[in-house]
Amino acid sequence: MAIDKLFKDDATEEKGERARMASFIGAMAIADLVKTTLGPKGMDKILQSTGRGHSVTVTNDGATILKSLHIDNPAAKVLVDISKVQDDEVGDGTTSVVVLAGELLREAEKLVAAKIHPMTIISGYRMAAECARNALSQKVMDNKEDAEKFKSDLMKIAMTTLSSKILSQDKEHFAKLAVDAVMRLKGSTNLESIQIIKKAGGSLKDSFLDEGFILDKKIGIGQPKRIENAKILVANTAMDTDKVKIYGARVRVDSMSRVAQIEGAEKEKMREKVQKIIGHGINCFVNRQLIYNFPEELFADAGVLAIEHADFDGIERLALVTGGEIASTFDNPESVKLGHCKLIEEIMIGEDKLIHFSGVEMGQACTIVLRGASFHVLDEAERSLHDALCVLSQTVIDSRVLLGGGWPEMVMAKEVDELARKTPGKKSHAIEAFSRALISIPTTIADNAGLDSAELIAQLRAEHHKEESHAGIDVISGSVGDMAELGISEAFKVKQAVLLSATEAAEMILRVDEIITCAPRRREDRM
Amino acid sequence: MALAFDEYGRPFIILRGQEQKSRLRGLDAQKANISAGKAVARILRTSLGPKGMDKILQSPDGDVTITNDGATILEQMDVDNQIAKLMVELSRSQDYEIGDGTTGVVVMAGALLEQAEGLLERGIHPIRIAEGYEMASRIAVEHLEHIAQKFEFGVSNIEPLVQTCMTTLSSKIVNRCKRSLAEIAVKAVMAVADLERRDVNLDLIKVEGKVGGKLEDTELIHGIVVDKDMSHPQMPKHIEDAKIAILTCPFEPPKPKTKHKVDIDTVEKFQTLRLQEQKYFDDMVQKCKDVGATLVICQWGFDDEANHLLMHRNLPAVRWVGGVELELIAIATGGRIVPRFQELTPEKLGKAGLVREKSFGTTKDRMLYIERCANSRAVTIFVRGGNKMIIEETKRSIHDALCVARNIIRNNSIVYGGGSAEISCSIAVEAAADKYPGVEQYAIRAFGDALDSIPMALAENSGLQPIETLSAVRSQQIKDGNAYCGIDCNDVGTNDMREQNVFETLIGKQQQILLATQVVKMILKIDDVISPTDY
Repeated sequence: MAIDKLFKDDATEEKGERARMASFIGAMAIADLVKTTLGPKGMDKILQSTGRGHSVTVTNDGATILKSLHIDNPAAKVLVDISKVQDDEVGDGTTSVVVLAGELLREAEKLVAAKIHPMTIISGYRMAAECARNALSQKVMDNKEDAEKFKSDLMKIAMTTLSSKILSQDKEHFAKLAVDAVMRLKGSTNLESIQIIKKAGGSLKDSFLDEGFILDKKIGIGQPKRIENAKILVANTAMDTDKVKIYGARVRVDSMSRVAQIEGAEKEKMREKVQKIIGHGINCFVNRQLIYNFPEELFADAGVLAIEHADFDGIERLALVTGGEIASTFDNPESVKLGHCKLIEEIMIGEDKLIHFSGVEMGQACTIVLRGASFHVLDEAERSLHDALCVLSQTVIDSRVLLGGGWPEMVMAKEVDELARKTPGKKSHAIEAFSRALISIPTTIADNAGLDSAELIAQLRAEHHKEESHAGIDVISGSVGDMAELGISEAFKVKQAVLLSATEAAEMILRVDEIITCAPRRREDRM
Repeated sequence: MALAFDEYGRPFIILRGQEQKSRLRGLDAQKANISAGKAVARILRTSLGPKGMDKILQSPDGDVTITNDGATILEQMDVDNQIAKLMVELSRSQDYEIGDGTTGVVVMAGALLEQAEGLLERGIHPIRIAEGYEMASRIAVEHLEHIAQKFEFGVSNIEPLVQTCMTTLSSKIVNRCKRSLAEIAVKAVMAVADLERRDVNLDLIKVEGKVGGKLEDTELIHGIVVDKDMSHPQMPKHIEDAKIAILTCPFEPPKPKTKHKVDIDTVEKFQTLRLQEQKYFDDMVQKCKDVGATLVICQWGFDDEANHLLMHRNLPAVRWVGGVELELIAIATGGRIVPRFQELTPEKLGKAGLVREKSFGTTKDRMLYIERCANSRAVTIFVRGGNKMIIEETKRSIHDALCVARNIIRNNSIVYGGGSAEISCSIAVEAAADKYPGVEQYAIRAFGDALDSIPMALAENSGLQPIETLSAVRSQQIKDGNAYCGIDCNDVGTNDMREQNVFETLIGKQQQILLATQVVKMILKIDDVISPTDY
């Protein structure tokens, strides 16, 4: 009687098996959703937003797909979360991590049905994950010493990452772009100094890496279009007639002539400010905020190139590459650090005019200009390139490299199988299940490519039984191939993160035996 | 319904609008209450012990929490029933007082209620049951003191403390790296503990989390971590021997509370005002510089101009730092919080050996580390983990571990865990029951049975045969007179808890029994529930 009213109205509670089922099914549904995007022959998804405009995104980036979903199932949310973290932390492998976690849960479901306690499964999974990680770290290759080889490693990783994306047609071109860009960073992971500009038109092949810095802005009217040996002042200051910042100040006048006087004073103040800025001995002025007509005219008169409304990232980056400081006051011209570059000019990309800074002081920065047929293509290309850049920059830090194409999974599966045979007790079932889940990744890659996965996996297994095998799935020819020869590589850091986060997420969902959902908050109905 | 008539047969109104209220009286009320309390306990029962399961809780806004911390589950459960709310309160007070054992206390209360139901069936008056429980709880608490052991540790020997924290952590999802987390928790507590006064101020330990990395990357920082970055992207990211000015006033022109107006009516006034304004900014920055500060931490924002001036004068600054963090920084660096620029003096500056900005992962996340502070007593535990939920859960687990370590420092008596203390108490209570004449005897026995339910739940959750295991352990305790036999949850092979190193704090256990008894007494005394019916 009283128990019926334990919770508030509309709150629901699911217990034991039902709760477990609900979370398994939710998690697997999410994994199945992104499963088809895995691998070089993975398919894309169209996402249509419910917001105004119903904008459309076409992507096969796992993190992007999952981010845009509205999910109600709590277990599914865990998976979405791990994919997001994978994206933030290493940038790639966002689909793999979800698929692996989903497969782990699918296997766990079978074990639970066979009356194995979830806690036993968890401890088995933990042992297996540890063993798999050791197996991987023994097989890594590290070419940090050899710069030439390392570069080719990076190139391979970039190509492997890009091959599953829209850029796969021109993957060599883009891999080169990405590697060049990352090598310029010289070991820092600060991807901010790589700028990506998207311009519709042309084909993907026309994309290029520019050594300088490109700002998507126009040059003011009547100002020089080309400056050599530019001295740049980067500023963040209001260029309208400054508001008086003292609180409560207001202008009170009693006649028209007074208004004119004050206006004159304002103008005078503005002119003074511009004079001060010009007094720095600059010939280019970049401001984050708007420059209004009057000061623009003054700058034009002085022959100074003034660029207004450069966005925040823009000026930070510009300040970074030109070595200037972002200024907001202009009273001490001698101590403000100015930025320098060899040449500023206006260039045309497609139909748009952009401002190009070349010969900048800091060699690290560069700009990648993406060209493509439509905005959707460009957006997707940017995401793919971002993935590749992230992976590369992480690889520069942790230079350990693995082969790709399902090779690491097979290596891990083999070791985990060994372990299962050695382990006494019920845990061995869980360990075995872990190895099956690992194998499901190459299986999915093969399935997505329309190949006979059962046949291929069996062959792979046999190949891997030999010591030092390099066998993996060659999706292009549809057979088992030598991954070292084909040049398919992946970063160790990505694989390790996939393995650990997937296990962690599966563990978390397995431990659940009850779901309590509070009554949804009532929204004010404004319709 | 309650209806009374006067001498003419007209009804008195006793309860206003009584036909709209539902009402339960007497035995019915008690039974309804008991079943509600039991329902809450049943939810938590499966979360008890090292093999306990987790719960997913979905909040009204759709956020997901995964936890097996009793207090957290109950807090977010959104219960409507009055008695269930009492149980929530019960778990919360255990959390406030002890910090650990929040699940156990609710399970215990549930078991006591269940036993009481049986006694009520037999026609025993609820007050007599309550009194019996009271006596029994006193026996149990005394017995606990009897079997408790003193526990020696020092600044150099923290191993026993680590072991205790590990017991607490082993029931959480973080048990994979319980050893390192336990060490972190103990070191943190030892860093802030005042061993003379046996007091620990947990406010000095800040637990900060950031998504990403592995659980193993969790670290203890002897200093403060603030989730902020320098106000100007080009300020230095690494400051040694920083002298920190801690300000609670914005770098902006003053805004008096009183309403006022500054009238500008001539050009001259306009210009003087402008100059004054510029001078104002200059003065503010100059004041900070004059007292020798090399870092400014401000609770408010800066104007663009002030920001650049700071940058220009080579004075790094951090803006929008929260009040709590500001206080911690002040404690750690030994500085004073300064509310006005005029009051800045060199003595009020805080000192830190190293301030640096650190970035994480591929996103632009940056955090500010303030290390090697003048007062090394403030520490931060920086939690990393695969996703947001793991981090939240780790934070809660660390909080529990911190509380346990604090309790031991306060009172170094411990009892052994794994249900051994409960079984031992239950034996003692039942032995004592025979000495009491009267109906209370039944209640005391029932209390003993209720104590058994905790080891029973432990065994159940660990996948053991509950009744068989429990009776085996019980008989072993009686036969050998060994009060340290418990349930072997982890399948180690021995059920002597001394060998397994499973301890809990004495005060924690005592508090559990006392709190559970109190709440049950309160519930038993209710014999009338009047609640408005819906609509």
